[in-house]
Amino acid sequence: MSIQTLSTGRRAKDLTVRCLVYLAFAVAVIPLVSVIYLVIKNGMARFDFDFLYRSMKNIGPRDAGGGAYHAILGTLQQVGLASLMSVPIGILTAIYLVEYGGKGRLANAIRFFVDVMTGIPSVVAGLFILAFWVLFLDLNYSGFAGALALSVLMMPTVVRSAEEMLKLVPDDLREASYALGVPKWRTIVKVVLPTALTGIVTGVMLAVARVTGETAPLLLTVFFTDSINANPFTNAQMGLPLFVFDQAGRPNDTAIDRAWAGALTLILIVMLLNLVARLIAYWRSPARGR
Amino acid sequence: MAKQIQVSGLDAYYGAHKAIADISMTIEPRSVTAFIGPSGCGKSTFLRTLNRMHEVIPGARVEGKVMLDSDDLYGPGVDPVSVRRTIGMVFQRPNPFPTMSIYENVAAGLRLNGRISKSKTDEVVEQSLRGANLWNEVKDRLNKPGAGLSGGQQQRLCIARCIAVKPQVLLMDEPCSALDPISTLAIEDLITELKDEFTIVIVTHNMQQAARVSDRTAFFNLAAQGQPGRLVEMDETSAMFTNPSEKATEDYITGRFG
Ligand SMILES: Nc1ncnc2c1ncn2[C@@H]1O[C@H](COP(=O)(O)OP(=O)(O)O)[C@@H](O)[C@H]1O
Ligand SMILES: [Mg+2]
Repeated sequence: MSIQTLSTGRRAKDLTVRCLVYLAFAVAVIPLVSVIYLVIKNGMARFDFDFLYRSMKNIGPRDAGGGAYHAILGTLQQVGLASLMSVPIGILTAIYLVEYGGKGRLANAIRFFVDVMTGIPSVVAGLFILAFWVLFLDLNYSGFAGALALSVLMMPTVVRSAEEMLKLVPDDLREASYALGVPKWRTIVKVVLPTALTGIVTGVMLAVARVTGETAPLLLTVFFTDSINANPFTNAQMGLPLFVFDQAGRPNDTAIDRAWAGALTLILIVMLLNLVARLIAYWRSPARGR
Repeated sequence: MAKQIQVSGLDAYYGAHKAIADISMTIEPRSVTAFIGPSGCGKSTFLRTLNRMHEVIPGARVEGKVMLDSDDLYGPGVDPVSVRRTIGMVFQRPNPFPTMSIYENVAAGLRLNGRISKSKTDEVVEQSLRGANLWNEVKDRLNKPGAGLSGGQQQRLCIARCIAVKPQVLLMDEPCSALDPISTLAIEDLITELKDEFTIVIVTHNMQQAARVSDRTAFFNLAAQGQPGRLVEMDETSAMFTNPSEKATEDYITGRFG
């Protein structure tokens, strides 16, 4: 056998596949870039002081001006409350599944239900809270009811991603810790969780980003308002997705501009949260060597 | 400080599988005891029964008696966590905590077990790193991650982490098998120094290593494939390597099998 030059056939194949891969990449990126471009281009028109600090109270259907302060406040409170409920419960569930449940029957049942929950359409989560909170318990529409619906959507994502991350922590480290005479719970808190932290934070951020843009469950649970309601526990609130939905459905240009600005704000909030989470993970990461 | 271990009639199981059977021996304080024997004969399993690490594996259990001086390690009501604080363990693969710096790794056992002052921690960290012959190499970078050290340094870091909690006994499971010859030598020297203070048990596949570092040697073997591992004989290392009383020991030591 002698060493041969690269044959034309293989060169052609290489070129074709290479082109296909680049093409697929371009196709995937086009919608992303165009969405961001459009939202920025159309959103800048009304992305101003008024928009960020005023509500829609006393703004007539044809008036210009007005803002989304009430919606931004509502979204931050609803997503914040939803995270406060679902992140601890989700992470604790994942800890149970990985560190205590193992392959037991209870753990497998939990895994099954979490998987089923992952597939719940967001409207159904909203309907569930509507039926349970508003109709059955006879409580009011409120930001908190919305947060409950969002946490139903967040929890399975948090559990699943945290479980995967905890499973990646090598048993060597747990054993090393036990062998130092560290009890199991301290091993989990001080060794296992810090090792998996970066991944868990990423998973939580994905869950947050997912629910921040949810409209349907909010429609059924926080209802709707044009004025500022800073108390998420009583009466209707607003949310940014609802705001965008509402404004985009109106016929005049001033409302459409507000809808775009609302969409831009929503994207910025998610990006900002992502950035903060990444910074936290970075500060805590060992590779920096503090 | 160092204490004697006395094992009698010990069996260990993984689920239904009996890995070792009927092991009895005495491990003397302030000496190095080496465990040798072919792969799979249960050396690691036996070592892990000595500080109750065996039961960490789901389904694993132990029958028999292990006495540390006058304390029964498997007695009713004994807290396995306190047993592990008294009998430390170094693993085959160096396993420093990846999220912690060198300093934090050594301090881990102290800190994870409760509050301790900064100055006291500083003192113990320096003492332990000196004890593990690592201080001079790392004293300028105590805040760098422990995972950034070389394999041999990581293993000495693990030894430092282990002796920082001041155990009575040190168990080492093939501590040099993942290391280069220079690092191996460093660890062997360290073992010789540490035996003044601790009772040391070391599992090794390397006959020269057993001969170099140990005072007493125990030879384990399987009676047959699928059978549990047994202790064949145990004696002064010099006696074991010059005239073992069992044929199997002689065959193993001279390299005729295993
Ligand atoms: N985690 C485990 N689960 C089930 N069986 C195991 C486990 N670890 C070891 N064993 C079995 O126990 C026996 C002894 O293994 P081990 O103690 O690792 O031997 P050695 O350290 O002498 O090579 C082997 O038959 C092995 O297959
Ligand atoms: Mg082994």
